[in-house]
Amino acid sequence: MDNDAVFYTDRSGRITSNPLLDQLPSYQSLLYRRKSSVSGTKRRSSSRGRTGSSSSGKWGMSSFTRPLDKPKSQIEQQDIRELAKPMAEKRRDKTQRLEEARELSSWRQWRQSSHRYLKRLRDDAQEWMSSMKLWRGDIHLIEGMFGTGILSYFSFLRFLVVLNLIIFLIKFSFVMLPIIIAPYASGNITYNLNDAGVCTVYPSSSRLGLVIFHEHITDLLSGGGFLEQTYLFYGYYKADKIHFPNITYNLALAYLLSTIAYLFLSLIWIVKRSARGFKRNLVQDEDRFQSFCNKIFAGWDFCITNVNAARLKRSSLLYELKTDLEEERIKQKIADRTRKEKCRIYFLRLILNLFVIGVLAGCFYSIYIATIFSQEAQMTKIKVNFIVDLIYEYLPSIVITVANFITPLLFSIIINYEDYSPAFEIRFTLMRCVFMRLTSIGVLLFSLWSQITKCEEEPCICGYNHVLYSCWETRVGQEMYKLTIFDFITIVAVTIFVEFPRKLIVKNCDCGLAKWWGQQEFAIPQNVLEIVYGQTICWIGTFYCPMLPAICTIKYFFIFYIKKVSLINNCRPATRPFRASSSNFFFLVVLLIGLALACLPVTVSVAQINCSHACGPFVNYNTTWEVLPATVSQLPSGAQKLLFALSSEAFAVSFFVVTCLAMFYVIALAGAHKRVINQLREQLAMEGRDKRFLIQKLCQAQSLSTSRSPVSRPQPRSGSRSSPSYHTSFSSNFNEGVFLAHSPPDSSTHV
Amino acid sequence: MGNKQTIFTDEQLDAYQDCTFFTRKEILRLHGRYHELAPHLVPMDYTNDPDCKLPLALIVNMPELKENPFRNRIVESFSEDGMGNLSFNEFVDMFSVLSEMAPRELKAIYAFKIYDFNVDNYLCKEDLEKTLNRLTKEELTPEEVELVCEKTIEEADLDGDNKLSFADFENMISRAPDFLSTFHIRI
Repeated sequence: MDNDAVFYTDRSGRITSNPLLDQLPSYQSLLYRRKSSVSGTKRRSSSRGRTGSSSSGKWGMSSFTRPLDKPKSQIEQQDIRELAKPMAEKRRDKTQRLEEARELSSWRQWRQSSHRYLKRLRDDAQEWMSSMKLWRGDIHLIEGMFGTGILSYFSFLRFLVVLNLIIFLIKFSFVMLPIIIAPYASGNITYNLNDAGVCTVYPSSSRLGLVIFHEHITDLLSGGGFLEQTYLFYGYYKADKIHFPNITYNLALAYLLSTIAYLFLSLIWIVKRSARGFKRNLVQDEDRFQSFCNKIFAGWDFCITNVNAARLKRSSLLYELKTDLEEERIKQKIADRTRKEKCRIYFLRLILNLFVIGVLAGCFYSIYIATIFSQEAQMTKIKVNFIVDLIYEYLPSIVITVANFITPLLFSIIINYEDYSPAFEIRFTLMRCVFMRLTSIGVLLFSLWSQITKCEEEPCICGYNHVLYSCWETRVGQEMYKLTIFDFITIVAVTIFVEFPRKLIVKNCDCGLAKWWGQQEFAIPQNVLEIVYGQTICWIGTFYCPMLPAICTIKYFFIFYIKKVSLINNCRPATRPFRASSSNFFFLVVLLIGLALACLPVTVSVAQINCSHACGPFVNYNTTWEVLPATVSQLPSGAQKLLFALSSEAFAVSFFVVTCLAMFYVIALAGAHKRVINQLREQLAMEGRDKRFLIQKLCQAQSLSTSRSPVSRPQPRSGSRSSPSYHTSFSSNFNEGVFLAHSPPDSSTHV
Repeated sequence: MGNKQTIFTDEQLDAYQDCTFFTRKEILRLHGRYHELAPHLVPMDYTNDPDCKLPLALIVNMPELKENPFRNRIVESFSEDGMGNLSFNEFVDMFSVLSEMAPRELKAIYAFKIYDFNVDNYLCKEDLEKTLNRLTKEELTPEEVELVCEKTIEEADLDGDNKLSFADFENMISRAPDFLSTFHIRI
């Protein structure tokens, strides 16, 4: 007999059903329903149930629902709604369980019913919570039109709105609120300027005399003039301690601790959000391991309800599949590269990377120059013209925006010559853009710092240039404020003046240029970088400008609606699709990089740079950080000793060592698991082969015995069989013998 | 709740809440949707469990399913007779499994059924080819189709029989990151 005859299809193309195969436990685990009502039999004794089975016409096999209920304990039964059975059976299960429950002791009954009640309560609460979610309807609409990739961008935006709101609430309640209510709660604000020295001079910057209207606009856009002495900026918080009737509120300490708190909170929240995606990314061993399976079985977005979106999804899937096939071909090509070609490629890559570094250095230098020029122009106070003044103020922001516009184009051109695989190309270009965007803020801050600490006579008397920057934190806050405003204006302007006209042109004009330019694509990576850039500025700027989170919340709120309108009216989804699963993870990784980069300037300015003596809550200290040691020295000695012990070297080193050990342990565990998985996989393949071999042998033995006994009783099996002799002899001779004597183990699918 | 509805008894709603991932409000809403598919066929009063089935053609024209290339298979997999005629129970069941709260294992079971076109408990090459053609509307060349199917089987087949059993499928789906988010219909 042929090797695989048992598995061959018969003439009509359907797999000849083999009663032996039917009885295997792995078959039993499938859930095809049967038309007959034998389902009422108790599932616990599934081996008995098999004899009486009669299968329906269309569903050839007789198979059973998975016996998932553990006979021992009733309490740990699986949730009914997670069983894969038809509704009628589930309800029968439920009544069965209720009856069984009545036989239990009353304690257990109460436990079960309270368990159900709590579960119901939790479901309702979850539903209420999700109905309270911001923008639920809008996001639903977007999901239906464009699928889950773009949806992830908008839910990311929503996350940032909520995050900024929480940060603002923290700052407000701990820093602003005490100052605001101090007069009403009979609080006494103490604020001793150290010595009436030269460092404490803070000239007022509000405009005197008749103020022309456009100067108000300039002030609003640049944060100067009337805005400077408001709650908006650091300089206005002139309160060291507030003495309420019962307690003394140390505002300086609160300011510092709230800064640390919001950075820490952002970190925790982002990590928690990315944990799911991270775990999934870890599970994917190699990069392209299951790309085809994933695309075929999990590629179609079942949420799509729009005809156009369906067409686009189809074409994007097609594109992805073709790209994957192309990748296979390129991998082959790379493997076939000769030595000489490799050298050439590496040399070319080196040159191009040096070129990229040169471009980046050039951009950073121009940002540096622009910042210095802008600062000097503001200092000299020679007003040329309303527009020109505004341009001088905004020069760093303009340069940063232009650089961030040009460099991605440049990078995407360069990457074509570097001859990487397509997936790596995308990632590498993205990484370069991320680096460019986030480092430009760092360069801006660095150039500001160099200005602030540069005095005519070295070293500076007050630690900073008190002549030009009597309150340097406010100046930095103003720069951050300007960056935020300019970012918002840019997004709005690009949408209104570039995307809408583009759509009009492409729709109405039939010329070749319009066709080549094409309709706007919603490029997810670039949009995400935009908002991560804004959020990084917000994190840095909140220390100097406590109301910045509120401004950012409003800004993201409007950006949501602008992007949504633009998306629905102007855009078509990108032809290079961005997978939902990895996109969430990617967004959060980029956001984490932004947070890390934001912590750096804040840390430096808190710990290193002398805070200004003319304004702000820290006038009595040398650096902002000094508040903490000063406070700690006033604590009771027990607490002091504890805190000193925690910050000593001994504790730090031992903590570090313990963390390293834990890390090594976890890595070793992961390696061991991987080995076990490989072994199990090999074992599975071997078992599959064993199974086939044994079944073949059985069939051979059976065919031998039928050839010896010519009489065969016709046994009525269900009507779908098409090779009667094969089956009838089988069933007559092997009906009893072949049945497994023991109940089947938990199916292979029940892990 | 304030308003008394007469479509289902409280007991029935309770049972639905336990057996599906929907709340009472959603079950009633689903009944509304089911009813509007065929207002003259579907009774408004379900308290005595009427035996009413809607044919496949009506169900696949729902806006949620209309654009789905697998709509026929989805409805067939949830119908008891295998022909696609759904009673209200099966209708609710279908959307419950496809809702966001259904666990991965449950979805994997039904996904396997949906993709198994010839209903033989295996995803063989023909099944995969049919799936692929439905997905791309036959815009791949036959060689490409062949290649993709081969690669898919190569990636997922564990026991080496050149087709995917449910064990292979489930193992592969548990590592497919997009499955949970794409195998989901909002209603």
